[in-house]
Amino acid sequence: MEYETVIGLEVHVQLQTQSKMFCSCRADYQTAAANTRVCPVCLGLPGTLPVINKKAVEFTIMTGLALGCSIPNLTKFDRKNYPYPDLMKGYQISQYDMPLAIDGQLAISADDQDRIVRVERVHLEEDVSKLQHVGEGSDDSHSLVDVNRSGVPLMEVVSHPDLRTPEEARSYLTKLHSIIQYLGVSTANAQDGSFRCDANISLRPIGQKDYGTKAEIKNMNSLRAVFMALSHEQDRQKKVLDSGERVIQETRGWSEYRNVTYSQRSKEEAHDYRYFPEPDLPPLVIEDSWIEEIQNKLPELADDRLTRFTVQYGLPEYDARLLTNSKDMADYYERATGPNDSRGKPDKRFAKNVSNWILGDLSRLLHLEDRQICESPVSPENLAELIDLVDKDIVSVSMAKTVLEEAFESGGSPAQIVQEKGYTQISDTSAVETAVGEAIDANPQAVSDYRGGKETAAKFLVGQVMKNTKGQAKPDLVNKLIIAALEKLK
Amino acid sequence: MPLERSEVKHIASLARIGLTEDEIMMFGDQLSQILEQFEVLNELDTTGVTPTGHAGGLQTVMRDDQAQDSLDHDDVLKNAPRREGEFFRVNSVLEE
Repeated sequence: MEYETVIGLEVHVQLQTQSKMFCSCRADYQTAAANTRVCPVCLGLPGTLPVINKKAVEFTIMTGLALGCSIPNLTKFDRKNYPYPDLMKGYQISQYDMPLAIDGQLAISADDQDRIVRVERVHLEEDVSKLQHVGEGSDDSHSLVDVNRSGVPLMEVVSHPDLRTPEEARSYLTKLHSIIQYLGVSTANAQDGSFRCDANISLRPIGQKDYGTKAEIKNMNSLRAVFMALSHEQDRQKKVLDSGERVIQETRGWSEYRNVTYSQRSKEEAHDYRYFPEPDLPPLVIEDSWIEEIQNKLPELADDRLTRFTVQYGLPEYDARLLTNSKDMADYYERATGPNDSRGKPDKRFAKNVSNWILGDLSRLLHLEDRQICESPVSPENLAELIDLVDKDIVSVSMAKTVLEEAFESGGSPAQIVQEKGYTQISDTSAVETAVGEAIDANPQAVSDYRGGKETAAKFLVGQVMKNTKGQAKPDLVNKLIIAALEKLK
Repeated sequence: MPLERSEVKHIASLARIGLTEDEIMMFGDQLSQILEQFEVLNELDTTGVTPTGHAGGLQTVMRDDQAQDSLDHDDVLKNAPRREGEFFRVNSVLEE
């Protein structure tokens, strides 16, 4: 039978605040020694009370607004009870039925189609402690608790079940990730867990209105993992349904290593959160004036920047999209292009060259070393300098590639590298003519081949000149002079 | 409505409390009485009343995002029933 896949995503984003959600402990748990960012509030000691971090609320409202959500004037926090040692209090302060932001949307494009995915809600909660499991399977099996992460502000973005393919899920996550980065509310790094995703997925026969039974997939640590896990789970459920069996509603983990999802049923039984309004926190009123203030502070987001790039720099949409997907790359691009704006408006040819170099050779070099553009050893200013050297005929494009590699290696300035290594291009006609003459004298066979009608012989001679000048002769000039010299001999 | 035996056991397991047969009977009766007492509230007509979690009419306040020093590491672990190095040690909670 043919099925339609239905996917909804829950994304947890750690907010980039100085202090934790409900106390003043530093939120920099990633770099701190275990249990050194802990206070009586984190430990849930008697007599402590949570106090809301205003910045975290602002970041959540900001994200809500960027997703086109409405921001209710009245919101509250709720207590989610579960006995698990990753929470010292025995409960997590979260938001149940009155989240900070509701009813938004996200425009995605996947499988050659543009679609709108509805965002159900954006709410705020606290992150939990980190558990480390020791001696698994042995008699001494136990767990170690580091409370540092507990209480770090955690924002959850919940989509409606509007996604239909794993590819759409990937597109949604890429888009959301970009928005979060543009807003600067989180480092949004999937590897260190500051941007993590759970997925609900079910199948239904095409044409059926009711949703099928869903499974919730966890433990996906990258965009790729989400795509792989959903593709796998889609196939698994199809097989279950085709064999006449029923899908069980359960939580399943994704094993990157084994490339399968596996049942985590033990956790299922414990799901009885008994939410109730958090007694320690009265309702929170969000004034319209504050919402307006945040709205006015919203930075330019990827979609707007894409449009601006096509207009201001005259870039093809393809380039603009690739460059603006990540804020860091778009910033890099503008820094490289910007300072050369000598006539009051950007030189569009230069702007396109910058794009070519970033998306081409620089991206290749970064990829080889698994580095992000913000870690590029070649600064935007240095890249601009290199492109200038090509424009001014000081180096050829192929030499410039070598210079870029060396600059990437050493972090040095391209102009200096060119000078020190003597990479300057020979564009002086008389110097090139001498080299051309030498090549023709040294290769009589090639010359007679050319005269016999074999035009590729000219290419051979060009190659000889380039070799003898260590690649420094200007290739189109060499080509011109070789042809001229050969024609003269005919 | 008296609580079912299974419900008492479920509540006990959520609270991480082990109960003997006698205790299940005893707490079952007591919890049922408490619930019965609260049934009185159902006599009120609450149509059109906004649900509320707090009766005091307070609004919560927020603080600025400023970090302060945490507790000393040794103080953090002072009351831990079991510690191992710089960590709290608990029974294995590995799930799979």
